Amino acid sequence: MDYYWKANLKILTCLLTIWFLVSFGFGILFSDWLDQFRVGGFKLGFWFAQQGSIYVFIILIFIYVYLMDKLDKKVLQDKEEKGS
Amino acid sequence: MSVQEWTFLMVGISFAIYILIAFKSRARSTSDFYVASKGVNPIVNGMATAADWMSAASFLSMAGLIAFLGKDGSVYLMGWTGGYVLLALLLAPYLRKFGQFTVPDFIGERYYSNTARVVAVLCLLFISFTYIAGQMRGVGIVFSRFLEVDINLGVLIGMGIVFVYAVWGGMKGITYTQVAQYTVLIFAYLVPAIYISIIMTNNPVPQIGFGSTLVGSPDFLLDKLDKVTTDLGFNAYTENTKSKIDIFCITAALMAGTAGLPHVIVRFFTVPNFSAARKSAGYALIFIGLLYTTAPAVSAFARMNLIDSIQDVEYSESPQWFQNWETIGLIAWKDKNSDGLIRYSSGNALEGVKPIYTEEKGNSGERVVQNKADLTNKNEVYIDRDIIVLANPEIAKLPFWVIALVAAGGVAAALSTAAGLLIAISSAISHDLLKKTFMPRINEKQELLYSRLATAFAIGVAGLFGIYPPAFVAQVVAFAFGLAASTLFPVLFLGIFSKRLNKEGAITGMLVGLIFTASYIIYFKFMSPELNTAENWFFSISPEGIGFVGMLLNVSVALFVSSLTSPPPKEVSLMVEGIRQP
Repeated sequence: MDYYWKANLKILTCLLTIWFLVSFGFGILFSDWLDQFRVGGFKLGFWFAQQGSIYVFIILIFIYVYLMDKLDKKVLQDKEEKGS
Repeated sequence: MSVQEWTFLMVGISFAIYILIAFKSRARSTSDFYVASKGVNPIVNGMATAADWMSAASFLSMAGLIAFLGKDGSVYLMGWTGGYVLLALLLAPYLRKFGQFTVPDFIGERYYSNTARVVAVLCLLFISFTYIAGQMRGVGIVFSRFLEVDINLGVLIGMGIVFVYAVWGGMKGITYTQVAQYTVLIFAYLVPAIYISIIMTNNPVPQIGFGSTLVGSPDFLLDKLDKVTTDLGFNAYTENTKSKIDIFCITAALMAGTAGLPHVIVRFFTVPNFSAARKSAGYALIFIGLLYTTAPAVSAFARMNLIDSIQDVEYSESPQWFQNWETIGLIAWKDKNSDGLIRYSSGNALEGVKPIYTEEKGNSGERVVQNKADLTNKNEVYIDRDIIVLANPEIAKLPFWVIALVAAGGVAAALSTAAGLLIAISSAISHDLLKKTFMPRINEKQELLYSRLATAFAIGVAGLFGIYPPAFVAQVVAFAFGLAASTLFPVLFLGIFSKRLNKEGAITGMLVGLIFTASYIIYFKFMSPELNTAENWFFSISPEGIGFVGMLLNVSVALFVSSLTSPPPKEVSLMVEGIRQP
């Protein structure tokens, strides 16, 4: 069971790092620097602050859903095998 | 048909639908009333969460705020969506696994203390009442502008509708009405945005449109907007003016605050299991993201249109919407140089900022204000930011039914959030205060009755706030998020991720977070508003962002105090182990 919690923490750390990077990183701290690049009519830093970060947030949650459902299944299967 | 007739029709139909749904899904048990018997499909719950979350502030005020703030407005976009990542990854699945009815329930059990539970209830009540006051004001504005009924009557009608379906349906009724309300509000938000995007940039997707070139011009919209705003003496639209540290703290406080809002968390208690709770948070963010990625496009379009349609126009030639909103008292014009032309630029038009109207008419037919002109700048126009979303379809000259749709959407956004807050308030009173603390002997039937009474009581208080709006409503949004971030979020998070945190730590942590954040905000917002400038702030962090510092304080104090006192009892460690497992 310890294995499950550790695996969960590892996934959390990875995903939250990306979460921090796109919002606080690209959207705030390095936003002005990123503004020198452009996507169409958007300056890149501005785009991350008002659009990009939100798209990444959504993707992150669904990655978490996917990884955890897989982990849940595996752990529950192991448990059953041990029990029988 | 006129705008008014269209609005009556749209608002009327939407009300009929809400009541019908509530009737079909009446609550029969406390479990129905508090958590819809935990049987809600994750996608349905995601939609209900989105409606619950997106309030009158998101629907009516946010795009206007961003239109005037430009890039600084990004704090709201990132803050109010990023919180869902925290919720999905750090709180929702575990709290669902814990499987009780309310947020104070978790705090009371995890910290084996009714003191902790009561402190949590107090934080919850303060946050929720603050929030609900704003919803009722939103309903009032929509009613007075579009149905031309008295604001008070508008508030009473809104209260009546919420009363019927919240008291009757409880969480179950609210969940399904919120789904209908989401549909109304998102449709009402997207239709005008798409229309305007096509008119201005020929691109039907607003999210791409505001990064495209303007129709009939090689210039990108945002570049043009930067140029126009700087020419008029404003800051460039796509650049920050606030300090980085302040933007960082505000965003962090809004994110943690969002994740700690009780009426949002409790929505995840209604799904069947923890895996559904994760999924549901993802769907919620898709539904929310649809509005939140459209909002900045609406802001940019509105700012551009606004400047274009009134700049250097004679008052007598000014657009109808300009005079309509002047009649309501949310726009004022002071002809500083007496040339009859409207001049809009940076700075306050009037001394004392908000207009105080007289009965007279000026030379051009405008409403005369008592305020003296602020002669430090050339700006002649006062515009209340709250009108942008409502006025936008008129400014862009869209058909009447679109304007009516926006009005119905505004009411839907306000009512759905109000209903969610009412359930959070009533369950905290009937379940946590009465059943679990002061009147443990009541049976389920009595508890259900008390929760209905508590809902009715809360509606009454909310209505009073709507009819006699306290002047501080706009100021206290910072309060709600700051307090959620500095009190509830850390103890919920640590309660799951630390087995060592004990009741002494949690209670002192919450109290330190509460007292620090509340006194900072009260000092700068109410006691000495004249000192509320960056030079006087702690590390140049504004009252809006101080909740983040309060949160860090809460966490450090909680961990420190815990390390000095005895660890929590064995049952509590086992409980934490339990909620961590699939």
